Amino acid sequence: MTEATTEASGDVSIVETPINLNFSYTPGVASSRFLRSIEQGRLMGQRCPKCGKVYMPPRGACSMCGVATDEEVTLSGKGTVCTFCVTRIPSPGLEAPYVSAWIRLDGADITSMFLVQECDPDDVRLGMRVEAVWVDDADREPNLGAVKYFRPTGEPDADYDTYKDYT
Amino acid sequence: MRRPVAIVSWASFETPTEPARNEVEMLLPVIQAALGKVGLTQRDIGFTVSGSSDYLQGFPFAFVGALDAVGAWPPIRESHVEMDGAFALYEAVNVLQEEGIDTALVYAFARPSRGELDRTLALQLDPYCVAPLWPDARGLAALQAQAMKDSGRYGDVPDVPPTVVADGCVAVVLAVGDRARELTDIPVWIRGIDHRIEPPALGVRDLTASPSTAAAASTAGVQDVDAAWLHAPYPHQELVLREALGLNGQPVDSAAGPVMVGGLERLASAAAGIVAGKARRAVAHATSGPCLQQNLVAVLEGSS
Repeated sequence: MTEATTEASGDVSIVETPINLNFSYTPGVASSRFLRSIEQGRLMGQRCPKCGKVYMPPRGACSMCGVATDEEVTLSGKGTVCTFCVTRIPSPGLEAPYVSAWIRLDGADITSMFLVQECDPDDVRLGMRVEAVWVDDADREPNLGAVKYFRPTGEPDADYDTYKDYT
Repeated sequence: MRRPVAIVSWASFETPTEPARNEVEMLLPVIQAALGKVGLTQRDIGFTVSGSSDYLQGFPFAFVGALDAVGAWPPIRESHVEMDGAFALYEAVNVLQEEGIDTALVYAFARPSRGELDRTLALQLDPYCVAPLWPDARGLAALQAQAMKDSGRYGDVPDVPPTVVADGCVAVVLAVGDRARELTDIPVWIRGIDHRIEPPALGVRDLTASPSTAAAASTAGVQDVDAAWLHAPYPHQELVLREALGLNGQPVDSAAGPVMVGGLERLASAAAGIVAGKARRAVAHATSGPCLQQNLVAVLEGSS
């Protein structure tokens, strides 16, 4: 079939209708305070006044209780690897192999995903104790990229009971 | 309705622009106020349903994120409509017909000040032949106003002001029969409710009339009403709605309100009007879509 035939009598199978909409995104009160805290090299969570869970990053509400969370809790930046994945193909900006891990920060009741570096991927394990490595003060921006990655602290592995609900 | 449903509580918030709080932070106090007025918590609610549009937030599944304002744990029975919250209320009224579900929370929210509402609304049009032209919402409303002028059926047709861009949210609590009487001394009963839609192609519609409103009014039982709360995103639409509802001289409270919120707010305002003694039996109307494409009509009545 020639192109001309397609244009003249073939069914139209694809229509391109580009959509461009502009938004001025605002993260909300709780997320704004969180983003400012990481810009300052500090991980901040919020505690639910009802169930006591600490959320990091905080979103201003406890999604289980449906109440506002306004008590702020500064976390130490240390945590425990709860589950992880070794990726053996490179991603933009990341050489293979690299490790992504769900980390339960000390004092937080949800896990967050970060990279784990400064160790052999084969050494990463559940219960491994890790700490945040920050981007230099002058280069930090208000986004989670302010944490470059987590690295092993060298502490003994955490007790299984401290992270068994998060694996 | 086999099981009579009443509006027992409501709360709302509206501002030209809400720059600081996000949708969840905006909703939380409003939902808690509506529940709190009748001494309920989310645990007491049998069915939860919301109306909103992710396109306004520019965020996929934004309506799921809004559940943070409710607390969906233990898991709740929940639904969502990508329409004005009044249409979510219609779903709730139907679900409340089931035995065992006696209360419902209906809420709606929008923060269109963060985007380009006139353009965003183009995305509800035919995606192949109309939306790619990006007709703005005010422009489509102006086509309707011009058609009304040309028809000669309406005296002075008001000019079409800029599309109302307002941020806000509203929450309404419904309850069935005796449960409603337990929760409040003054339940506002939904005596009839229906909604109808017109064809999506604007060119096949007579924009000077609203047959969908008239049809919904007929099945909802709009007779002997002594006041009306109408949802008119543009002032000229009030004229079309008055005609379709057969109003003749009753007081009419007409408003636009925030997109996705304004219609449910009209039902809440009608309930408030009845509680305040402004009406005994009222008609409340809500619309969604371009040029009054979809219309919901409810007849509300006080307890006496």
